[in-house]
Amino acid sequence: MDLVIPKIDVVSLGPELILSIAAIFVLLVSVFLPKGRKDPAAYLSLLGIFFAFVSSIFLWGNPRYSFNNMILVDNFALFFNSIFLIAAGLSILMSVNYLEEQEMSHGEFYALILFATVGMMFMAAGSNLITIFLGLETMSISIYVLAGFFRRSNKSNESALKYLLLGAFSSAFLLYGIAMMYGATGTTDLKGISEYLSKAAYLKDPMLLAGMGLLLVGFGFKIASVPFHMWTPDVYEGAPTSITAFMSVGVKAAAFAAFVRVFLYSLWNLQPDWNHVLWILAVLTMTLGNVVAISQNNIKRMLAYSSIAHAGYIMIGMVASSELGTSGILFYMLAYAFMNLGAFGVIILYGRKGEENLDINDYSGMGFKYPGLALLMTVFMFSLAGIPPTAGFVGKFYIFSAAIKSGYIWLAIIGVMNSLVSVYYYLRITVMMYMKEPVKEFAGLKWSPSMAIALIIAVIGTLLIGIFPSPYLDLARQSVQLFM
Amino acid sequence: MTVTGFFFFSIAAVVLISAILVVVLRNPVHSALSLVLTFFSLAGLYILLNAQFIAAIQVIVYAGAIMVLFLFVIMLLNLDKEKRVGEKHPLQKAFGIAIAVFLLVALGSIVAAGVLYGNKGIHTEARVSAIGNTKAIAGLLFTDWVLPFEIASILLLAAIVGAIVLSKKEL
Repeated sequence: MDLVIPKIDVVSLGPELILSIAAIFVLLVSVFLPKGRKDPAAYLSLLGIFFAFVSSIFLWGNPRYSFNNMILVDNFALFFNSIFLIAAGLSILMSVNYLEEQEMSHGEFYALILFATVGMMFMAAGSNLITIFLGLETMSISIYVLAGFFRRSNKSNESALKYLLLGAFSSAFLLYGIAMMYGATGTTDLKGISEYLSKAAYLKDPMLLAGMGLLLVGFGFKIASVPFHMWTPDVYEGAPTSITAFMSVGVKAAAFAAFVRVFLYSLWNLQPDWNHVLWILAVLTMTLGNVVAISQNNIKRMLAYSSIAHAGYIMIGMVASSELGTSGILFYMLAYAFMNLGAFGVIILYGRKGEENLDINDYSGMGFKYPGLALLMTVFMFSLAGIPPTAGFVGKFYIFSAAIKSGYIWLAIIGVMNSLVSVYYYLRITVMMYMKEPVKEFAGLKWSPSMAIALIIAVIGTLLIGIFPSPYLDLARQSVQLFM
Repeated sequence: MTVTGFFFFSIAAVVLISAILVVVLRNPVHSALSLVLTFFSLAGLYILLNAQFIAAIQVIVYAGAIMVLFLFVIMLLNLDKEKRVGEKHPLQKAFGIAIAVFLLVALGSIVAAGVLYGNKGIHTEARVSAIGNTKAIAGLLFTDWVLPFEIASILLLAAIVGAIVLSKKEL
């Protein structure tokens, strides 16, 4: 038997390799750091993230398959890489002081964030269902542990356990879907599946459709779409806040990357079949997320339901099934990364050990005491609600206009009505901060340089993308040209 | 019924019954032992599929190493019989059974009726026997599938770090 060793194209793995090496290096270095003072590990991780970003930029514009078609390093993957790196970088910056305050400063925290990011990158770049699945598991296992990182907190343990059990369940659905796809088409290669389906002889094969449905369940769980959203509020509430931020942006973006690549590229010939399902799921997801968010009093739970609603808006971009819709998804994910990470950053800064200030009433009167922080929170809330001149507005605009151009006028109308509903609960925070008397003593904020940098990056990103959207939209357009 | 068919259906019955017992039995040790039986009989199914290497790995890794560790942990923790915690919604069981039956019928009919249309691979039974089972898998694993193989190593590293983070007394 002759073995043909495939070309080992290490350059195409640049970002993933750099991050993996950085993660292992962080693990080794943090052993020698004094207890409770592990922040050098964080800065080392940030260095790794920076170099991964640089290597992603170098790979831009030169799409290539490598490792025998296991991954496809195209602009789409690299655009998502930058979203993951932004999410990881900002979460690490927000975590440095937060972990020290909670007396949980350990190097493993940063290493696991880097491992999760590597998994996300493989999901975005995977051009084989097996690569996507392994990336998803690498990401999920790291996140399960990170959700339970505050080992002495019952809520954190509850969050990790719920996420692990339900996540394992959803991975099984995904894997069964992959198995059925393999049974129906004889390949797990995305290009192979798409070529097979383009022959159009067996499109009504029940095994093919069942496989597609199971894949939909697996991805739907990770993006937190209704009816696979049950875990979201509990997991987001109990996890360390910086991990909640990382999860709500990174995991969602990675799942959407794989979702879009599998459904809009590989299963494109089944588009008439999955489009109706996604239409209904998008409406349900938006509506349930927004309506339930209104009645939440815990700000982390509120943002959890809001993240469900945002998954619904992004699914509209998938239903539109056009180049505009897909580039809208990428643009929206970038905007969502900045505004959502920023909002969670404010929550981290406002709370402290033993007094997390997570109740919405705790925010009353905050605007008089900390005008700067309240202003930041207002920008993020306006952006999440989709009010100009912020990134959230432009993102929604592109997604809804893509839906209208593809003829889904009712879907766009439902989306706009939903974002009107969402204005209520986002602005409720602003009203609390500026128009209510404080209900409690303020203990003073502990600004730290890293947190300040994170919040400044987030607010600049939110406003810059909102005011000058065209360069970012161009980037998003260049990223989706390949598979439309 | 052919000899292979006879073996398939009898082993499949053992797999299913012991898998149900894992869930139904109240004593954790009994559950774990049924799981060992499930893994062993799965190995039998792999042999029927001409996948001897996978069958051996299944017995060595799952039925051997992992389940022995499982049993050790259960015995060390000295777990009692499982007790009911909390109230169940009265309709929960009915809904659960209804959905399970629905899934069984839906997926079962698809799998049963499924004529496999897909492209057939190059590794036919004769070819695999000519090369040798282990060699064929190794050849694929270290050429075409080398990247997933390496990603799996990162996955395992992350899992090991995670296990230590969650369970070590003093970090």
